[in-house]
Amino acid sequence: MKRLLTVSCALALASPLFAQQANVQVQPPDLHGSRQLEKQTGPAVVRDYIESWEKMSAALDQNQPALLNADFVGLAREKLAATIKTQSQIGIHSRYLGASHNLQIVFYSPEGQSIQLIDHVEYDEQVLNQDKVLATQHMKARCVVVLTPAETRWKVRIFQASPE
Amino acid sequence: MRHARVPFLAGLALSLAPLALAQSANMNLPASVTAGSAFSIPTSGSGTGVLYLVGPDQALRRDVQLGSPLSFAAGDLFNAGLYLAVLDAGGSATSGTLAVLPAPTPGRISFLAAPSRVPVGLHNGISGSAYVFDAYRNLITAPVPVSFQLTGLAAPAQNRTVTSSNGLAWTEIDSASKQGAAKFIAQAQGVSVTRVIAEVPGDPCGLTISAHPDGKSLQVETAPVRDCSGNPIPDGTIVTFTENYNGMQSTADVPIKQDVAKIDMPAYNGATISVASGVVAGNEIRWGGR
Repeated sequence: MKRLLTVSCALALASPLFAQQANVQVQPPDLHGSRQLEKQTGPAVVRDYIESWEKMSAALDQNQPALLNADFVGLAREKLAATIKTQSQIGIHSRYLGASHNLQIVFYSPEGQSIQLIDHVEYDEQVLNQDKVLATQHMKARCVVVLTPAETRWKVRIFQASPE
Repeated sequence: MRHARVPFLAGLALSLAPLALAQSANMNLPASVTAGSAFSIPTSGSGTGVLYLVGPDQALRRDVQLGSPLSFAAGDLFNAGLYLAVLDAGGSATSGTLAVLPAPTPGRISFLAAPSRVPVGLHNGISGSAYVFDAYRNLITAPVPVSFQLTGLAAPAQNRTVTSSNGLAWTEIDSASKQGAAKFIAQAQGVSVTRVIAEVPGDPCGLTISAHPDGKSLQVETAPVRDCSGNPIPDGTIVTFTENYNGMQSTADVPIKQDVAKIDMPAYNGATISVASGVVAGNEIRWGGR
């Protein structure tokens, strides 16, 4: 029986700007015969991913790449840090507001070293020049996310959006 | 009355001026472009403006001559993703969404093969996960056929072809029956990555001992210790001998040397001697006629 879990994530967020409850729906995993998820792994991955989204939002809003360190590694961190550097150079910052996530874990590698999930996410993106909002746009994206385990948490290694 | 209307109309004209400017400055965004490709965005209006393309993975700023297309060279916008495009023209802005899609041709494979050492003859003992990227390190989410091949020195190659889903193709494959280094290759449209897997002997199979008198002792010795595929168990693997006699038990851990393990044990008439290695138990012998 398929269950739809709705989780209200009251996470400790880095910025008061993002101190709003993320709307998170989690679909049952669809793993296509790879390794089965351990009981606690799925919720841990979802929790860590949602927290990484919030940290990404804060980092892009404050142009602070250090905020990425706890949640992103590898390619995902490289690309986000490069964006932050460019934003600083061209005098803008960006905000990702009111994200609504619909998540499904689709792959857990046989040796347990990576998890892939799909996030159908909606949010409002703002581009700001100092405190002036240049534009706000509602976005709908399908994000492919790969997380790998670190010492105490899952970190985002690949993060790529495409249009819904 | 007429004097009063003039400042009113003048004020109205002034207040409408930025609006007219804002309405005239516009852009015609393509629905999507391929990452790293050249493209242009037609604009309308007059004067100058600034275009921003902002997404989590890249941000760009370009000065715009309104009314002329804004050209992006190959390689300017190279990260796939969803971008907010903002045309800021004299204090008013128009915005839209631009999707940047991965290039369809693989340029790089990230291949995780595990484990690095695996016992021979293990069903689905080796796994490989291949993430397929384009030349700009964007995950190619469209299906791509990925071939996996496991080749060893003493075993025929095993081949699998898997179509990627969401950028990932993975497989599980049996380890070969003979020990040695095997090459595990993932390949997609001419791009390949090789990992080396050490296929090592499995647990001992058919572990047996024999005993021969040697003065007041027994020389207890294993037959050559091999796994179930006939591969010799490496030197140094521990074999445990246990002797039980009259309620007493003595054990000895002996490393395999040149395929066999041997030890001298007391020759008690009626003693039983057994052998084991790891989780594998061998035979038991009774010494003497009692």
